[in-house]
Amino acid sequence: MKQLAHTLRALPTLLRIGFGEALAYRAEFLIWVFAYTMPIIMLALWSEVAREAPVGRFGEREFQAYFLITLVVRLATGSWVVWEMNTEVRQGTLQKRLLRPVHPLLTYLTENVAALPMRLVVATPIVTAALWWVGSDVLSDDLVQWAIFPLTLLGAFLLTFLAMACIGTLSLFWESSIALFDLWLGFYTVLSGYVMPLELFPASVRAIVSYLPFRFMLAFPVENLLGMIDRQRALGELFMQWGWVALFTALVLLLWRAGMKRFGAFGG
Amino acid sequence: MRRYGRLLAIQLKAAALLSLQYRLDFALQVAMSLFWTATALVPLAVLFSMRTGVAGWSAHEALIVAGFFIALKGVLQGVIQPSLTNVVEHIRKGTLDFLLLKPVDTQFLLSTSKLDLPRVVDIVAGLALVGWSLAQSGARPTLLSVLLAGAILMCAVTILYALWILVVSLAFHVVKIDNLSYLIISTFDAARWPSSVFRGALSFIFTFVIPLALMTTYPALALLGRIRGEQVATSLLLAALFVAVSRLVWLRSVRSYTGAGG
Repeated sequence: MKQLAHTLRALPTLLRIGFGEALAYRAEFLIWVFAYTMPIIMLALWSEVAREAPVGRFGEREFQAYFLITLVVRLATGSWVVWEMNTEVRQGTLQKRLLRPVHPLLTYLTENVAALPMRLVVATPIVTAALWWVGSDVLSDDLVQWAIFPLTLLGAFLLTFLAMACIGTLSLFWESSIALFDLWLGFYTVLSGYVMPLELFPASVRAIVSYLPFRFMLAFPVENLLGMIDRQRALGELFMQWGWVALFTALVLLLWRAGMKRFGAFGG
Repeated sequence: MRRYGRLLAIQLKAAALLSLQYRLDFALQVAMSLFWTATALVPLAVLFSMRTGVAGWSAHEALIVAGFFIALKGVLQGVIQPSLTNVVEHIRKGTLDFLLLKPVDTQFLLSTSKLDLPRVVDIVAGLALVGWSLAQSGARPTLLSVLLAGAILMCAVTILYALWILVVSLAFHVVKIDNLSYLIISTFDAARWPSSVFRGALSFIFTFVIPLALMTTYPALALLGRIRGEQVATSLLLAALFVAVSRLVWLRSVRSYTGAGG
């Protein structure tokens, strides 16, 4: 109990430090933001395809709206924790984190959260202008779906972070856990709705993909905000998303505890 | 010249052996490489299961472009990027001094210093895909068009290499460039698609700033016998321009390098 109070007191400071770090390297930060070009390229591609004739229920405008929102969600959920953990384990600098009286996973989390405001500052005006140009009627007109959007976004962020943290924790057992992450990223790219709306998959594939965690990391908040799924389904899937979050939280804590027993730090 | 040829052989051998030293890792990485290649084709497969053509390209013709993309990505990540990432390390640690002292051209020595063999598998896979889709598309290229495609592909490799030299030269002035290289790689992804898909600003950028159109679409056009004279000329000119500029920038950067702690 006392430890929890300690942690809570440290949180604002940790967040402030992370935010300061994000501000310190502005040019680098901007380049990282621009590196998320995939949705823009996919936007150009799919709207060209839809120009000739709509694909399913996607016309040119629907594709534009889909990929613009995807860009925002991607920016808001991006994380780099897996690389950081891997480097720190290999170089032994992880011990610096272990000395702090706060759970190391939490310090990773605050660093990632603290970078969000800067990213959204960059992304929001661009996307707002673009959406205004596409026409705001492509968005859902259901108030409940708007109300749960922040929750779906938070769930997507946590899920992305936790999955990365799980693989990052694996570096405590296995040196090239980055290879595993590469595999994960491959699946993520195709199955999260990053390169195309999941609706376009054949029905048999879609039935499986809808329940995998990848969809809840990106496509689910987008589909909800655009009203591609109705309220009933959105609410049900919100539970599923947070179920995945709980599962991954348990997994990362287990892995971490097991890994700590093995970690001998530098030269150990 | 002969000395450089022999040196190249030695360097490549050493790099290949280094890449092969962990057998299991090697096999794993080859599998990963092929897996990524497969995921790259998923959107294409989905798209063409619903359409017979996009922006004037049939499925098999678009696959030729994708094949060239996979091959070039193999060149970029297997040959160009590993060596040049090495340069950044040398600059940061100050060990570039030792290389500058050697009696050969430093750019040559550095550019051939490392090889990521598992990625080189992609080059083979990409070219195989080109061959297969070409046969499927029913086009029968003449010898001239094959030679032309090869020449344009060489231009593409040259430009990619020059772009990386430019990025690496930046490392003499700013310390961290991994984000810039990441930016280029993620932009390069657009080359997977025929360039006529892109319009407006994107089309301009991809033709002149980062000439992606030239890299994958032009060779495919050449194979299909649809390339125009001015497109060939543009490729050659751009390649020459990129090489000249990158060499100049590199020489200037090396001259301004002051060694460790400088």
